[in-house]
Amino acid sequence: MTENTIKELRAHVAEKLKELDGVVALRRTTEGTAPHLFQDGDDLAQLVMEPRYPLASVVSLLQKRFPKARFGIVARGCDSRALVEMAKREQIDPDRLYLLGVACTAGEAQECYCADPAPDTEQWPAAEVIGEPVEGAPPNPMVAEYEQMSLEERRAFWRQQFLKCIKCYGCRDICPECFCEACSLEDPLWVERGVLAPDFPMFHLIRAMHMASRCVACRQCELTCPAHIPLTVLYDLLRQDVGKILGYDPGADLEVAPPISLSLEDAPIKAKIV
Amino acid sequence: MEYKNVLTTCVYCGCGCGVYFEVLDGEIVGTLPVKEHPISRGSLCIKGWNVPAFVNHPERLKTPLIRREDGLGVATWDEALGLIAEKLGAIRDESGPDSVGFLASAKCTNEENYLLQKLSRAVVKTNNVDHCARL
Repeated sequence: MTENTIKELRAHVAEKLKELDGVVALRRTTEGTAPHLFQDGDDLAQLVMEPRYPLASVVSLLQKRFPKARFGIVARGCDSRALVEMAKREQIDPDRLYLLGVACTAGEAQECYCADPAPDTEQWPAAEVIGEPVEGAPPNPMVAEYEQMSLEERRAFWRQQFLKCIKCYGCRDICPECFCEACSLEDPLWVERGVLAPDFPMFHLIRAMHMASRCVACRQCELTCPAHIPLTVLYDLLRQDVGKILGYDPGADLEVAPPISLSLEDAPIKAKIV
Repeated sequence: MEYKNVLTTCVYCGCGCGVYFEVLDGEIVGTLPVKEHPISRGSLCIKGWNVPAFVNHPERLKTPLIRREDGLGVATWDEALGLIAEKLGAIRDESGPDSVGFLASAKCTNEENYLLQKLSRAVVKTNNVDHCARL
């Protein structure tokens, strides 16, 4: 992110804080950098863009706690896509949200192999984009390598990767799209407690199946994984299939209903937005 | 209306991973890893992710308890420490310093654990010092 873009962003946030109850963004202090709710009068020199955190989850938390408040969010393309899928599952209310979009640079897009490095403001009731949107980056080369593998090689590849899993549940905990009230990964019927590595391949495939039509490629799971499992390869492949088979692109369009619903009566998602 | 992240260090082992507690209007509502932390670098184990679970847990002990004839009863710190000193002293005098041992904790700081071994070696005169991971 260039210094000029950040300066422009801070000026826009200052302006918006006059009318909004707060803006969710990253704040850097001497303690480090973390998500924060900026309010009118806060020191906006502390507003930064790195490192990335799942800010959409913070918006959901705040909107649920304060049902009348109007918040803003400083959102990259991935944050915006996460918000789209959350809105469809009633985890956020787009009508009470101002999207201060920021276009990622070509370098940042490349770093994430991101196909969609700027928020699409068209679909949001109130939004803008700061910075010059760039073209999407080519996909992770590991996906093409994987596709050259035989079935046996693929199985061996994932067996080796999943063997490293320490079941920290960090991939689930950090994911903005993981908001089921009861998680199958905590159900002893599916996942035996106290056993490492988790049952191959069920543990990771349960999560993958639940991510179908939800994963917006924000990479938070892969970045937080202490075992360095290339989770985005799994989810890229999954998104490919969801696109090919179901014609669905998660995070792309607020108006298109997701093709897969996991909101079964015996597996309710968290309290819906008021 | 206040949402902020409070930096702390995981108390579950000696690694010292960085954890943020998400605090909403004074209440801990979640955990986030510290991405710029030199040790944990944005990762946590399952204990780290759940580290604030005990903070407001209804079963959390907030005062010392002393077991008396009618069961466990609330005690002051002075009462509890006085009783421990009295009993430890009596056991040592009767059976010698090596009849007691001290277990340090990963939940404490280095300095606190230093003081515990100092108490063990210099006051009680035993080298029976170990840590909670071998409990």
